[in-house]
Amino acid sequence: CVGINLRYRFHVSLLCKLVSCFGDRAGQFFSSGHTNNWAVLVCTSRFWFNYRHVANTLSVYRSVKRLGIPDSHIVLMLADDMACNHRNPKPATVFSHKNMELNVYGDDVEVDYRGYEVTVENFLRILTGRLPPSTPRSKRLLSDDRSNILIYLTGHGGNGFLKFQDSEEISNVELADAFEQMWQKRRYNELLFIIDTCQGASMYERFYSPNLMALASSQVGEDSLSHQPDLAIGVHLMDRYTFYLLEFLEDIHPASKTNMNDLFKVCPKSQCVSTPGHRTDLFLRDPGSVLITDFFGSVRKVELTMETINLTDPIDAESGELQKEMHTYADQLPVSEIIHQKPKQKDWHPPDGFILGLWTLILLVFFQTYGVKHLKHIF
Amino acid sequence: MGLLSDPNRRRALISLLTRLNTPICIVCYMAGVAWFMGLAFEPFTLRTYMSENAMGSTMVEERFPAGERALATGREFSAHKKRTGGMPVEWLMKTMQAKGLEVFTQRFSRTLPFPDENKERYMVRGTNVYGILRAPRAPRTEALVLSAPCSPGDNNNQAVGLLLGLAEYFRNQIYWAKDIIFLVNEHDLIGMQAWLEGYHHTNTTGTFCHSRGGSIQAALSLELSSDIITSLDLVLEGLNGQLPNLDLANLFYAFCQKIGVLCTIQGKLQRNDWDSVSGYSHAVQTMMLMVMKQASGRPWGDHGLFLRYHIEAATIKGVNSFRQYKTDATTIGRLLEGMYRKLNNLLERLHQSYFFYLMPSLSHFVSIGYYMPAFGLLAVILLLRALDLWVQLSTPPQRTEDGVTDIEPVRGVLSLLTPLVISHLTGVALYMLPIRFQEMAVEHFPVSETEAVVLTAIAVYTAGLALPHNTHRLLSGEGTEQGWRVLKLVAVLYLAVLLGCTALINFSLGFILALTLVPVAAFVTPHVPKVLSAFILVILSPACTLLFSVFFFQELQEMPISFQDGWLLFLSVISQGILDHSLYGSLVYPLITLLVYPCWLLFWNILFWN
Repeated sequence: CVGINLRYRFHVSLLCKLVSCFGDRAGQFFSSGHTNNWAVLVCTSRFWFNYRHVANTLSVYRSVKRLGIPDSHIVLMLADDMACNHRNPKPATVFSHKNMELNVYGDDVEVDYRGYEVTVENFLRILTGRLPPSTPRSKRLLSDDRSNILIYLTGHGGNGFLKFQDSEEISNVELADAFEQMWQKRRYNELLFIIDTCQGASMYERFYSPNLMALASSQVGEDSLSHQPDLAIGVHLMDRYTFYLLEFLEDIHPASKTNMNDLFKVCPKSQCVSTPGHRTDLFLRDPGSVLITDFFGSVRKVELTMETINLTDPIDAESGELQKEMHTYADQLPVSEIIHQKPKQKDWHPPDGFILGLWTLILLVFFQTYGVKHLKHIF
Repeated sequence: MGLLSDPNRRRALISLLTRLNTPICIVCYMAGVAWFMGLAFEPFTLRTYMSENAMGSTMVEERFPAGERALATGREFSAHKKRTGGMPVEWLMKTMQAKGLEVFTQRFSRTLPFPDENKERYMVRGTNVYGILRAPRAPRTEALVLSAPCSPGDNNNQAVGLLLGLAEYFRNQIYWAKDIIFLVNEHDLIGMQAWLEGYHHTNTTGTFCHSRGGSIQAALSLELSSDIITSLDLVLEGLNGQLPNLDLANLFYAFCQKIGVLCTIQGKLQRNDWDSVSGYSHAVQTMMLMVMKQASGRPWGDHGLFLRYHIEAATIKGVNSFRQYKTDATTIGRLLEGMYRKLNNLLERLHQSYFFYLMPSLSHFVSIGYYMPAFGLLAVILLLRALDLWVQLSTPPQRTEDGVTDIEPVRGVLSLLTPLVISHLTGVALYMLPIRFQEMAVEHFPVSETEAVVLTAIAVYTAGLALPHNTHRLLSGEGTEQGWRVLKLVAVLYLAVLLGCTALINFSLGFILALTLVPVAAFVTPHVPKVLSAFILVILSPACTLLFSVFFFQELQEMPISFQDGWLLFLSVISQGILDHSLYGSLVYPLITLLVYPCWLLFWNILFWN
């Protein structure tokens, strides 16, 4: 009977351990706090000799799609069409490795903003959600307060600005304000911002909203360099930072446990010539606990369990520590407003002319009674 | 008070100016010449670099394989050319069509004002053949041109062969964003002029080109007369001294270095020992050759006529001299393929690099900001002289003069206007008479038309020297002190403006004219010894400058000639100048006859004022 008791106690303790273990795993299951993933990938430069910026953006697009984010949750903005450019010796392809190893254009690319549609105004409108009602869904960032968003920008930049299309610029202040608008409208849960331009670190200097993490390919005063020219095509194919980023991401699969600290180590100075930088002070979680797939993939976590877990302890509302804020978020598609527009009720005022006439009359009567000589005191 | 408004200081400045005028003028002249010579010194020059971002570096893979086949085509072309005795139009059309181009021809005919003895032609009739390679995916808005001249005899056959070989290779590629026009022009410059006028619809007579390829962004002209070459020479100077954008020369040089072909400019190879005397003199020679060629105002290759339409163009000549390392046609084809692939990447016309420059070697250049002060120093002499004269004119005349001084202002204008008008009329005569009266001259003298024209020009020029003695008989009384000063002031300012404008357009011409005419303008007065200064004035006149330049040019090219040959060359240069003006619109001849010669005559007038 002691033996049986021991075995019983062993089973119980094992069961308890399993429960607590599951409890931990369950805790981890819900730790990141996001339920959906979005990506906004922007290439801001046009012209054939800026082939590498389009290749950069398409490489990140490819990785993000491979890791699970669907096209409906990706906003891809390419400022010029390299695949069908007259000078492309391999039409309908955009290569990112020399010797044409990797065609990142593929046959299932969905470009949402193309050519001249890639402007600062459109970019800011996407981020803040202030788009005209006729904008199709594929051109909107329909994120909510449980979305993790990846934003990737590439092009030509300088200290504090990024050049769009050779004709306008977005400054780091504007970008920071746009993110603040997103925070106040609860349009993201956590946001990862990656920028691959010259002096990229200047673009995240001004961020002040919570839950932002930023990476840049070079510090202020440094240039981001391109990786390799391709003699057959005649242009540089990729930038160094994104090349090594792509190499790093190729090893990630949806179940990877690699975290952000590994991402910060991508492309050290020996490979990149410039010094990549990152900023995590606004981020609430520890970067070591943030998985790459939290941003780059759209992971639906599935845990198979044969055991039943008895969630007997409800989350105590009396504990009072977790004060739940009631958030409301702005309606992305204000359809109801548009459909049911009623004229507003205005209060009734007497017509203006009537009031003016009334006062004129009063004044005339006054002066008639008390004499015109008082007029000069007034006027 | 300010520096110039304080009368004391002003008087001090003015006295300084008048006292030190001659020394300052001499110092400025020496400084100008020294500055110009110093331009070729390598530490004062800049290395060439590619300015156009869209062209980038020489980042292409050249894969042209068919050099031998191109040479065989060249031999076929030569055979057909001998058979037809001119341009084998049908054969060219058939060959180009077989290679997949859209082929068109253009007929043209020009009658020269008088027969051209160098090339033995008078009434020129010819056909240009051009084939357009349409860009597979691009709209027909832009084009590049590759041309080779169809020359009589054994010249340039390989150029046409290589052109056809490249056409076939280019036709198989899909990365062309611009149309490429392959042009074979007959009668070199005349044919090229006719084609350009027809393409741009600028001629009032003659035929238009039926089909176009859009606006031409760049053009290269090939001259290749042997199967094996040892070096490639780049020719840049065009009509009226205009030069293509420096980026075109940079592109050529970059590809020469990548492929490993020996490249020269002005036929001279680059040297590395710039600190030695011989190295420096080599660079000076190269630069002086460029200056001479630019000053002549004639196009030195078929590319020279493109520049007027703002199309950047250059001529590449293949040279076969005695060197160890030989290059074959495939390599030249690869070089051209690389250049055209880079030009294909252009988004706008070449405009990022310099348009005004001098090249002491193919890898170094001097831009306009560096060479203009040389001319500026020479022009300052004229301004100093003008100021000096102004001061002399405004000081009141001495009391010892009789009452003639009171009527000075009135007669001053008349005595000023007469030499001006007569000098310019002589200039007009020099411009128009040689061609007008060539028939009359041929009737009366046993000379050919060309000789008649040239000798009439020289005769009118020399007759102009006799003018001052005759015009003064027309005027009542002798010239006065005031009169010649006013005339000289006007003449000096006129010369300054003239040379300034010339130097802006064609620096070399302006500088060479300034070198000879500025000393004339500075020192001539009626009081210098007459015979000696008359001699010096004639030596420094435009015609003698031209004669000396001819000899100097031959010396620079290391082909010195005897006086007889030099004189004949001088005569042919004059006739070529007149022909260039009437055929292509070269401005050197009208400039010299209508503006520079009358200006020089004014100084001649001043010399013989009394």
